[in-house]
Amino acid sequence: MTVTSAPTTAPAPGETGPPGRARRRALRPAAVPAAVFLLLALLPYSALEVPVLLDGPLNAPGSLQLLALCLVFAGLALGYDLMFGRTGLLSFGHALYIAGGAYGTRLAMTEWGLTLVPAALLTLLLGTLAAVVLGAISLRTLALGGIGFAMVTLAFAQAGSLLVGRNPGGLTGGEEGLPLHAAGVPEAFVGVANTVHVYWLALGYLTLVAAVVWGVTARPVGRVWQAIRDNEQRVAVLGRDPFRYKLGAFVLASALAVLGGAVHLLVTAGATPHSSTPTFTLTLLVMVVLGGSGTRWGPVVGGALFTFLDQRLAAFADVAEPLLVLGTLFVLAVYAAPGGLVSLRARRRGRTA
Amino acid sequence: MDTFVLLTLTGFGLGALYFLIASGLALIFGLMDVLNFAHGAFLTVAAYTAWATADAVSGMGGLLLAALVGTATGVALAVAVEFVLIRRLYGRPKEQILVTVGLSLAVPAAVQTLAGADARTFPVPDALAGTVGVLGAQVPVNRFALIGVALAVLIGVRLFLDRTRYGLVVRAGVEDRAMVTALGVDVTRAFTVVFALGGALAGLAGVLGGLYFGSLSPHQGTGLLVFAFVVVVIGGLGSLTGVALAALAVGLTQQYANYYAGGYGDLAVVALLAAVVLARPVPGAPRAAERLRRLLPAPPAARTEGGRA
Repeated sequence: MTVTSAPTTAPAPGETGPPGRARRRALRPAAVPAAVFLLLALLPYSALEVPVLLDGPLNAPGSLQLLALCLVFAGLALGYDLMFGRTGLLSFGHALYIAGGAYGTRLAMTEWGLTLVPAALLTLLLGTLAAVVLGAISLRTLALGGIGFAMVTLAFAQAGSLLVGRNPGGLTGGEEGLPLHAAGVPEAFVGVANTVHVYWLALGYLTLVAAVVWGVTARPVGRVWQAIRDNEQRVAVLGRDPFRYKLGAFVLASALAVLGGAVHLLVTAGATPHSSTPTFTLTLLVMVVLGGSGTRWGPVVGGALFTFLDQRLAAFADVAEPLLVLGTLFVLAVYAAPGGLVSLRARRRGRTA
Repeated sequence: MDTFVLLTLTGFGLGALYFLIASGLALIFGLMDVLNFAHGAFLTVAAYTAWATADAVSGMGGLLLAALVGTATGVALAVAVEFVLIRRLYGRPKEQILVTVGLSLAVPAAVQTLAGADARTFPVPDALAGTVGVLGAQVPVNRFALIGVALAVLIGVRLFLDRTRYGLVVRAGVEDRAMVTALGVDVTRAFTVVFALGGALAGLAGVLGGLYFGSLSPHQGTGLLVFAFVVVVIGGLGSLTGVALAALAVGLTQQYANYYAGGYGDLAVVALLAAVVLARPVPGAPRAAERLRRLLPAPPAARTEGGRA
């Protein structure tokens, strides 16, 4: 991921180069995320006006809500990248787990009278179990290679989406979706005045996902995932069962998605049927690829930026369909920046060095 | 009994529609490894141009003209996409998928901007609007039109694949693309032909979809595409007849379940998919007994070796 200035010598990372640079590199993994986290956490205390990008000052409820949505999608995209960028699994069914998290949490609160946290935890448990079963089925379609997996996950997600739209027993609210039921939700997350708490919750979710994804991919299991992405057959020959590792990545990513769905429910103050559609998964894929799949920051940047544009494009310019612009942008990006936005920076650095 | 006949024939009609979409997908995927997400977008655009034609020219002639225009639109779109976008990305299947994904988002959005989000009624000529009595059931005539067209397409495409030189190249390319290239045959031209064929079938499906549902909307193609994927997974890439049978199974399952299981046809299709995926033997995978043995604790020697690797 780091671009070495002299590729012919092929040095081990951290061993060559000026000592100051090596030290900086050793410090960076912890320092940059900490600085970003601190900046984002303190953001609501600033009343800075950002003329074109935001309608009001930074700490206005409207701005905070938009930023919270960006953070949630950054987290969702990072979780999706655990499958796509890190393990090479192209899933089109991620929305099933996000919608499952949102609807499940909401229904557990209203139908069983639970409060927010137990409802979210119960949904997380059930969603993870569902991911184990459905993931095992999806990963079996070896006859068509990775594409079989893509198609089967898509079919499951479509079934979920149709089920939500059909409104069985009046549970899901059909096209209308479900408003966030206020009784089970802690006071701190209700109302416009408390948007800042929702913002911090979204930041917390992103931090959790980043900690899990970055932490796990740095461990041996992450290396195996990467190896599966690069050459699955070789992993099998080396005596590791790719199926089990892929299922592990699928279940972990799905669990993060279920949790993300619960946070999405709070940020948008309701569960929308749109969150269950395959298009929702496709937008996650677009975010990840735009930012740079398989990189540390790519999915985070892509998720936040895409969401921001999706929400604000109508306000900047007179664009009726943000997806028209974003879809076109995405197609262009596949050609112009195959490694995503993050790679542009690395490429420039490589050229100047 | 009459309900059953009606459901069966409607299921056949729906299966015919799925077949038209899925056969193009399967051919494109089989030959080029491109999972064409834009297939649904081709279908949608073709349906809209066909609608515009049928709206302007009424009657049976208008419908035939619309079918022609829709098919031509599908071909033109497919060739343009292949030529401008896909061709640059040969050997990079993931990027090819991503490009078609981008199109599948952008094109319906463009259609929605131009034509509005509301569904439109497709003008069905009087000759196809009525019903026919079959074994006591009143079956809409357009179901038979769909079945007829699908049968003609099945026979036509099979003849193309089995009897023509291009068909030979395509079949050989599906089997082993590298070998065909090594033998000095220009496979890229076959790619364009197959993409055009897929586009034509998608366009035709767009017109027939308008006939079947009686309406069209910007996201109709994307919705149908999911079922076409299911058909491809069930039918496999081996033969067109396999795709046709899978399409039939999916169409019938959906219709029966919609009526007998309280409107859960879509879920029944996905259950069918899961059942087929689970029942199908995985090539090269150990048998059930072998797998059971593997789940039991391994002997200590093997375990330490596994831990070190």
